[in-house]
Amino acid sequence: MEALDVHRLQFAFTITYHYLFPQITMGLALLLVVFKARELRGDEASGRALRFWAKVFGVCFAMGVVTGIPMEFQFGTNWARFSERTGNVIGQTLAMEGVFAFFLEASFLYFLLYGEKLVGPRGHLAAAVLVWLGSWLSGYFIVCTNAWMQHPVGYTLGDDGVIQLESIGALLTNPWAVRQYVHTMIGSVITASFVLAGVGAFWLLRGVHQAVARRSVALGVLVGFVASVVAAFPTGSMQAHMVSEHQPATFAAMEGHFHTEDRAAMVLIGQPNMETLTLDNPIRIPGMLSFLTFQRWDAEVPGLTEYPRDEWPDNVPLLYFSYHIMAGLGTLFIALTALAGIAWKRGRLYGARPILWALLVAVPFPFIANTAGWMTAELGRQPWIVHGLLRTEDGHSLNVSAGNVWFSLLGFAGLYSLLSALFVALMLRLIGRGPAPDPREDDAAELAARSEVA
Amino acid sequence: MLAETWFWLLALSLATYVALGGADLGVGMLLSRVAKTPDERRAVIDTIRPLWKPNEVWLVAAGGTLFLAFPTLLAVAFSGFYLPLMLVLWLIVGRGLAIELRYQMDEPLWNGMWDVVLGLASLALAVCFGAALGNILRGVALDETGTFFAPLWTDLTIGDEPGILDWYTLLVATVAALALAHHGALYLSGRTQGDVRERAAGWAARLFPPLFIGWIALGGLSFEARPAVLDNLRAHAWGIVFPALAVAAFVASALLRRPHPRRAFLASTAALYASVLTAAVSTFPDVLPARDAAHSLTLAEAAAPDAGLATGLTWWLPGMALVVAYYAWMHRRIGGGR
Repeated sequence: MEALDVHRLQFAFTITYHYLFPQITMGLALLLVVFKARELRGDEASGRALRFWAKVFGVCFAMGVVTGIPMEFQFGTNWARFSERTGNVIGQTLAMEGVFAFFLEASFLYFLLYGEKLVGPRGHLAAAVLVWLGSWLSGYFIVCTNAWMQHPVGYTLGDDGVIQLESIGALLTNPWAVRQYVHTMIGSVITASFVLAGVGAFWLLRGVHQAVARRSVALGVLVGFVASVVAAFPTGSMQAHMVSEHQPATFAAMEGHFHTEDRAAMVLIGQPNMETLTLDNPIRIPGMLSFLTFQRWDAEVPGLTEYPRDEWPDNVPLLYFSYHIMAGLGTLFIALTALAGIAWKRGRLYGARPILWALLVAVPFPFIANTAGWMTAELGRQPWIVHGLLRTEDGHSLNVSAGNVWFSLLGFAGLYSLLSALFVALMLRLIGRGPAPDPREDDAAELAARSEVA
Repeated sequence: MLAETWFWLLALSLATYVALGGADLGVGMLLSRVAKTPDERRAVIDTIRPLWKPNEVWLVAAGGTLFLAFPTLLAVAFSGFYLPLMLVLWLIVGRGLAIELRYQMDEPLWNGMWDVVLGLASLALAVCFGAALGNILRGVALDETGTFFAPLWTDLTIGDEPGILDWYTLLVATVAALALAHHGALYLSGRTQGDVRERAAGWAARLFPPLFIGWIALGGLSFEARPAVLDNLRAHAWGIVFPALAVAAFVASALLRRPHPRRAFLASTAALYASVLTAAVSTFPDVLPARDAAHSLTLAEAAAPDAGLATGLTWWLPGMALVVAYYAWMHRRIGGGR
């Protein structure tokens, strides 16, 4: 492996690991506001749900913060040539994240997690709202940074090759950023609602913590359904349109569409064969790709072979699979939450053990779908680090050798393995203990439910 | 002019991190010395728990500011200091989790493990930050390509190819660790009660003499490590005000220690600000001095184009005013009781 590949591997590993945590905290921040608002309207169990989920939020947030700081540093340490060329532009959004989002989150999080007595019930709601706002602002600045790398706007190119900021307004309202942001945030809401539903389902299956479990499952399923639908349409399709318009080679690679065709088919399943440039074992829907891309069944969709080979994403199969895994899982999420939603509407969800089992087993999949979505975005941007402006091979630090990057990559791998073990142990313990018991309800009911299950 | 404004804003952001985050580091370093029982340890960590995160954001925000205003400096320095920065990142990970995760279980072994992590990581971070400052003051091995890659150590002398650690940077690291431990001791003596308070005040008294002598010695040895520092002070004679202020503030912190621990902490805060600004003025207008002065990275070379710098100011200043407002609010909510 050359130094460039190790630099890429380290960034890919550290960002993939990091994003497991913000995707849950950004979504959960919104759901905490819902629980708090319900508590203020007099629902005591929502208050207990809030306090339980705030504990989960606290641990995930801490993991997100400590694994996030290395991301910001790696721009300079591993991608020095990229940072030097683009810092004037993306330094704006990255610095804005610190000034406007991190200070906000970090300042009010303590009051959300531990400071209810210091600020009172209304102040507690305000803290929840501010933490939510902070985390979603942080998401915007990061997506905006990435969107500029996908679709650079608001800049001019100096004689010396340095990229200069021309319009911060254009940078912040990049059409790519707006669409990618909505899609990303919705993905994060799906993760959080599936975690809520899955953990609630676990408690219901065990017959414990009935009141909080029901509220968690109900909120998780309903928000999860809406979010899963919105993830596909309109946000997912808007995002796909952006890619087909501005990164047509990427679009063709994502879809596994090698050759230009009228009435182009959409591939559901199949393995890209890079020697023959065809798909093995395909299952296709004829005309669907033409229709989704151009709203006409007979439209011509350019294939990957239309574009020069050195502009192809450098790992077409992985890009293709990432995209299809994301889209496939997204479809399953709609089906599962719709099924659970119907059962809820009929008042049968809390006793429907097969559905509860499915919700429990589903917990890891939104994490996979979100990760696959980001892999689609990042692999799809290749071979560019800034699309059309700067190639990835011109971005890494030349003065940092492969051996030194292996050293740090192995260090991160070891440290993060340790953190994973701790995190899983803490989560299992938190979920096993569950929320505080209902002060008014007779504990006997809970015990009876438990022995019934046994 | 714009670049100079950003230089001083960046120096102030970093100084704010050193003053605020430095107290948290100092408390971490002294934890096992000032707190003997589980309750005492908890009381000590409780003093930094609400604010350590926003305090650490100053470091992250300074990083963002560096990226925005001096992308070339970020690129050259971060890649050149690759190895120590990776160590710093791992230490930041461990220390952050130590403060947050220790409260997740009420088990003596669990708490004890994280308290040791907190103590060691705090000390190691203070040493790393001090060594980084020492490297900048001494100058790095920038070559004609404008880059360098510093090994962790070579032969501990200041040659043309110095490592991160040599006798000079080790001295700066020691003084930095002493200064932050002293700062943390004063912080604790103003915010705790009983035995912990007594022990913290005792540590502040014990740490002060070596800190003060070390700081003064450093002033003289810096001329030895990089003679250009002297020329720099001659060229910017007004800069002498910062070291003078630092010395005066350190003395004030020692005099106020017994009667007014909180005021002593403020004096120490002023001393740390003045120390960081002393370092800034002794390199200015270079932002990264080279061992071979011809290759030094200057402010003008490192700065981003003016358009971006001007745009940045329009949101950075109001944004920071908001941050000050958050701090004022937080201190009113949590500071009064202790």
